[in-house]
Amino acid sequence: MPFIPHTEQEISQMLQTIGADSIEDLFDEIPAHLRAAVLEAVPVGMTEMEISRLMHQRAEKNTKALCFLGAGAYQHHIPAAVWEITTRGEYYSAYTPYQAEASQGTLQLTYEYQSMMTALTAMDVSNASMYDGASSLAEAVLMAVRGNRKSKSRKILIPTTVNPVYRQTAHTIVKGQQIDLVEVPYDAATGTVTLELIKQQAEADITAIVIQQPNFFGCLEAVDEITDWAHENNILVIAVINPLAAALLTPPGEWGQDEASKGADIACGDGQPLGAPMSAGGPYYGLLCCKQALVRQMPGRIVGRTVDLDGKEGFVLTLQAREQHIRRSKATSNICTNQGLVVTASTIHMAIMGAEGLENTAAACHASNNSLVEKLSTIKGVKKAFSSVHFHETVLQLDAPAAQVLTALMQKGILGGFDLSLDYPELGNAILVCTTEMRSEEDIAAYATAMQEVLAQPANNIASLQESA
Amino acid sequence: MSEVPSELKYTKSHEWLRLEDDGLVTVGISDHAQELLGDLVFVELPEAGTDFVTGDECCVVESVKAASDVYMPISGEIVEVNEELADEPEIINSSPYDSGWLFKVRPSAEELDDLMDADAYQAEIAE
Amino acid sequence: MLIFEHSSQGRKGAPQSPVEKASVSAIPENLLRKKSAALPEVSELQAVRHYTRLSQKNFSIDTQFYPLGSCTMKYNPRACNSLAMLPGFLNAHPLTPDEQNQGFLACMSDLQSMLCEATGMAAFSLAPMAGAQGEFAGVAKIEAYHTSRGDVERKEILVPDAAHGTNPATAVMCGFRVKEIPTLANGDVDLDALKQAVGPQTAGLMLTNPSTLGVFERNIEEIAKVVHQAGGLLYYDGANLNAILGKIRPGDMGFDVIHSNLHKTFSTPHGGGGPGSGAVGVAERLIPFLPLPMVTQEGEQYRYLTAKDRPQSIGRLSAFMGNPGVLLRAYIYMRFLGREGMVRVAEFATLNANYMMAEAKRRGFTLAIDSRRASHEFIITLKNEARKHHVSAMDFAKRLLDLGYHAPTTYFPLLVPECLLIEPTESEAKEALDGFMDALEQIKQEAETNPEILHAAPQTMPVKRLDEVRAAKQLDLAYKAN
Repeated sequence: MPFIPHTEQEISQMLQTIGADSIEDLFDEIPAHLRAAVLEAVPVGMTEMEISRLMHQRAEKNTKALCFLGAGAYQHHIPAAVWEITTRGEYYSAYTPYQAEASQGTLQLTYEYQSMMTALTAMDVSNASMYDGASSLAEAVLMAVRGNRKSKSRKILIPTTVNPVYRQTAHTIVKGQQIDLVEVPYDAATGTVTLELIKQQAEADITAIVIQQPNFFGCLEAVDEITDWAHENNILVIAVINPLAAALLTPPGEWGQDEASKGADIACGDGQPLGAPMSAGGPYYGLLCCKQALVRQMPGRIVGRTVDLDGKEGFVLTLQAREQHIRRSKATSNICTNQGLVVTASTIHMAIMGAEGLENTAAACHASNNSLVEKLSTIKGVKKAFSSVHFHETVLQLDAPAAQVLTALMQKGILGGFDLSLDYPELGNAILVCTTEMRSEEDIAAYATAMQEVLAQPANNIASLQESA
Repeated sequence: MSEVPSELKYTKSHEWLRLEDDGLVTVGISDHAQELLGDLVFVELPEAGTDFVTGDECCVVESVKAASDVYMPISGEIVEVNEELADEPEIINSSPYDSGWLFKVRPSAEELDDLMDADAYQAEIAE
Repeated sequence: MLIFEHSSQGRKGAPQSPVEKASVSAIPENLLRKKSAALPEVSELQAVRHYTRLSQKNFSIDTQFYPLGSCTMKYNPRACNSLAMLPGFLNAHPLTPDEQNQGFLACMSDLQSMLCEATGMAAFSLAPMAGAQGEFAGVAKIEAYHTSRGDVERKEILVPDAAHGTNPATAVMCGFRVKEIPTLANGDVDLDALKQAVGPQTAGLMLTNPSTLGVFERNIEEIAKVVHQAGGLLYYDGANLNAILGKIRPGDMGFDVIHSNLHKTFSTPHGGGGPGSGAVGVAERLIPFLPLPMVTQEGEQYRYLTAKDRPQSIGRLSAFMGNPGVLLRAYIYMRFLGREGMVRVAEFATLNANYMMAEAKRRGFTLAIDSRRASHEFIITLKNEARKHHVSAMDFAKRLLDLGYHAPTTYFPLLVPECLLIEPTESEAKEALDGFMDALEQIKQEAETNPEILHAAPQTMPVKRLDEVRAAKQLDLAYKAN
């Protein structure tokens, strides 16, 4: 019987101590007519050998195509040491560090994570993580509404260059609280939002503005200009970042030229690029940072450094009075369990890579994207959509239906990119292509060759390529 | 046994009030309240100049184990807040009725008689 | 020492790529960092040694008995980890086309089905990433249901006063008022108070069964009737599912919407604080509102359901489908158990808890509820010891650490003074339970003869008791190099 160690003799001894005749007796308070029948639709148990065979078969069915797809999850190299240490039983099977003296490993590691995240983002404070980037944006919005005392409107400006699923998630989570997410369109030429367009949507009282950098199209936004304007107008700035890109680009804590009001007020995003494998969508983690003044509005767990009875340095969960287990209905959020194990991996990843390692990685992502776009744009039927500088993702417009092109590329072993037509129909046949440091020049050449072959077919033949494969 | 000075008025939510000579009302939290909370680590005070109505949540006192709302015991305008509490919130623990005052109100109505006197509050917290 | 304090300027020593920095000349100066981030500069060996040694400062299930009530600290099978991390799964991009993702989707579809069967619900979504998100999805679905029927006056959610803090916090996040219902001394919800409290303003009642007091809610059918008759829905907090898995199903008890903490009942790793999963299940009438994405099976093929398929869904809770790596581990665990294994989980979790409860009584401890069966957990109150010897539940907890045991849950539920909520789980052998009870009894004797030992505990941990007041007052939340 899986994972149950009791012998017949022990069962008997235990029942005797309890004073019951059988294990069934222990359920005698449950009305008999409510008892479940046999769970027919659940298969019988398997041995580890049998499960292993099944899972290997299933894993084999998943594709090995070359990945040029990003759109919120990225394939990066993770040093082998990261998950070997992270899956040590002492980290893997530990609980939330409520008994601090027995959890100094997790607590110190989390403090180091908070420290690394503030260094990377140039923000004052980081919490110990939210669930993912999308839900961390929702929490950032709630935080801004709580924290911006000068604003009553509960209106948040959110450009459509912010990841669509992040916007959808934010909507789901905040809609019960009379908060208005006001969309701002982007400039069709640059693929970025502009101050002009923002001002057109702004009213006298706006609580916060969200800026994603790099944005969903991979383009770089004018973060300084927008931040300064927002602060001049008592609008809080919520930055959505890629933390790997933050090793190279101006970090959110330094956005803006005005020294007095410098820096985004809240920074959020997904930590996946720093040590979390893609794993079909997670687990990843949401990073959440803020300026010192907003620290008491920060949801989630936070670790603080303090001393013990002997004056020795130690770490403990702090500011718990804001959290659900104490404040209950007045809590800053209902979050309890977060993404601890993934944060563990990310911390070890950042320590091993260091700032230089991350910068080199980010630069390589950018350079390989330039190389890919250069090669693909020479192909007839492919053109770059926007004029702005991009980080490691670029929007390409095609002469043929995007979905069919991607399917045909897949048959040639290329996971070619993200089809933008559902979320951005105005872009026509457009795809978002991504490269990371893992895409070599050979990989890029292979993609270019495949694209050339696919587009050389007349449009109605691309569909037939699907059938013949 | 916690202290319950006889000259003050009290609310069910453990605020005390003192009518000053100049007509202003000083508000704080009781000895019983600070005992329940434990060592205070932070106080979020209202802004001077703000108007509140009886029952409004106007202030938060935070300890390691709890963050408690303080409710306006009467209606009025906040004219002064105790700036000392920013650096030393623990003053409330050591001197809840004196140097641990939270804020002063200019009352907008005559509501002091609606509140509990010392004996009534004593009975309340004895339960 | 912090990892930062091991740094030396210019130190690397990790053969990680890329080695050179490529050109970023296309990026305007003003969008680039002026100074590198102040991350540690250590060699790979230094990093490995540092984080390995840190891990050794933790208590964990792999190293200690961990009877934390309401957390279900059962063994995390290693195969769940290694099989979930097979390259085919680990390297899958979440937006891989469904046709190339069939292996993963098959696992998810199976998991949804097995959860339905185990809980008696009509459909499941795996999207919520933790119990609290599951609760959010559940309460949001209740709101969506009432709104879809034009029933917009239902603004109140009822919650027992013994409920976990996430319950009222969640209700407020969804825009509801919260009203608390008292719990009786015997552990049941006060049915009379409930009957008084329901009405046209009632959107629903959030309940867990067995309750947070460790006993079965015997009036559950009556409770369901009262709430349903008033037009409200019944929400099941699945934190305590381990007590009843396969023996009784929430759907059969009358619950309309449930969440299951896969990181409790289905043994995915607690990881020092997550990641978890709060999969949500519903009765037939709430299916349209389930959060997206979900997985469906059409013949031999599997695919994700989208907003087009489910226009009334409450929407997305995350960028992708919850925590897939966690879901895979739960799936693998469920394949280990199978239908008969699930039932035995509840049986042996209950046997272990009742045994410890009988032992606690025999050894002179005061039970919070004396006359009833324990579910998978039970509560001891130390109020007598506190009064007689001036020791607290906290002191007991800290002393247990010295004796090599992680303390049970303390001070929850709030209703029971100086309490320990003890949940052994089914994966512990009798000698672990006996050893723990011996330790607890030893501490009780120490409380009588030498309470100072308890007050000063722990003495053998990497740190002694920590100054939490200082941590909250003098906020030091990040290392800053000088």
